[in-house]
Amino acid sequence: MIEVMFFGQLTDATGVSSVIVEEVANTDMLVQVMKQRYPALESSTYMIAVNNAMVTENSIVIPGSKIAFMPPFSGG
Amino acid sequence: MAGQQKLSEARVLVIGAGGLGCPIMQYLVAAGVGHIGIADHDKVSLSNLHRQVVFGTEDIDLYKVDVVKSKMFSLNNDVNIRTWNERWTQEHCMQHFPDYDVVVDATDNFASRYLINDACVLLGKPLVFGAVSQFDGQVAVFNQLQEDGSRSVNYRDLFPLPPSDGEVLNCSEGGVLGVLPGMIGTMQATEVIKLITGLGKTLSNRLWNYNALTQEVFIMQLVSNPVSHQQIPSSEEQFMATDYEWLCAIPQRGVTEIDVMDWQQNFLDHLFVDIREPHELPRLDALCSSLGLEWMELPLSSLENKISCLIGRNVVFVCQAGMRSLMAADMLMKASPDSAVFSLKGGVRMLAEKNLI
Repeated sequence: MIEVMFFGQLTDATGVSSVIVEEVANTDMLVQVMKQRYPALESSTYMIAVNNAMVTENSIVIPGSKIAFMPPFSGG
Repeated sequence: MAGQQKLSEARVLVIGAGGLGCPIMQYLVAAGVGHIGIADHDKVSLSNLHRQVVFGTEDIDLYKVDVVKSKMFSLNNDVNIRTWNERWTQEHCMQHFPDYDVVVDATDNFASRYLINDACVLLGKPLVFGAVSQFDGQVAVFNQLQEDGSRSVNYRDLFPLPPSDGEVLNCSEGGVLGVLPGMIGTMQATEVIKLITGLGKTLSNRLWNYNALTQEVFIMQLVSNPVSHQQIPSSEEQFMATDYEWLCAIPQRGVTEIDVMDWQQNFLDHLFVDIREPHELPRLDALCSSLGLEWMELPLSSLENKISCLIGRNVVFVCQAGMRSLMAADMLMKASPDSAVFSLKGGVRMLAEKNLI
């Protein structure tokens, strides 16, 4: 199992702050699964961290991983 | 050199004297930072007071930087404070960043954030970044000089380009929890003091995220992003030629907003389209049927594919806070130039405030 966490305004798009998903092979596949489940993610900006480490390209996701979807905030 | 001596000789530039800037200024001044620059073009308004706690009702309509300067002087009159009560631009960056050791981003918009980040990279200044969403806040130290002579990651590594249209982003901003920028600004002041004194380990190459609802802190390790380097102006000429307002603009400036009273009096014959996602509450069924409205639910996320059903119709769009409805209106205006298209200002929140739902 994989825990996916959403931060900031992404929780408006998903309605949840975290969700458990079945195994996915990599972050690209996870993004596709999440976009199907939460269509509003399609038009959202975010970066992804696998087990607290930011990734900039498709990365392997091993079972038990925690994946964060982190959007930019503008408020101050 | 002792920490206090370093603080008294330090020069810190804070851009933004709002929710983040107020606590940053209070703690930097109290800590004895010798020279502080503070920039903000806004005046104090009543709606600021719940989160910008340096200001009181007597300060309304005064420039924020003037109020901050006088209140900070009474806190510690050894501190030199320079103020700018004008919008911070590229020219300001090029002219004034070289005079400061640390730059602090306490602004409230993406145009300023990208502008300040790029200038810090160009001019080699460490940047203490802080930002809030509705219940979350982020802090990081960008572009810090590292032992190997390179610079730590910057904002463009995280987000190479500003968010585009279609974002739910701005809807959240209406309801920032007042205490949250206080906490985030205090964290930023902590990082400034660490940078100056060399104490501890800064949030360089790390993003600190705090959620006020759960009190949970999430720290992620940041890495350099190859895409970001193409986005940062590499020369003063390129930097000066970049239009940050345009880069970060939400592209629906031409949309006409109507307020709730105007809608009730003049626009009930227009199709009313709720573009919120299915999980967002409250629903509008009861209101719409009591008004006898023609209405529909069409989430923004699927609007692009289903916009054909609105072609030629006169439409009032509504969302939670009145930002996403601007984007929806913009989309329909482009797809159906003959339609009369409007966005309900303040959205469902305003309908609730007027006791309609």
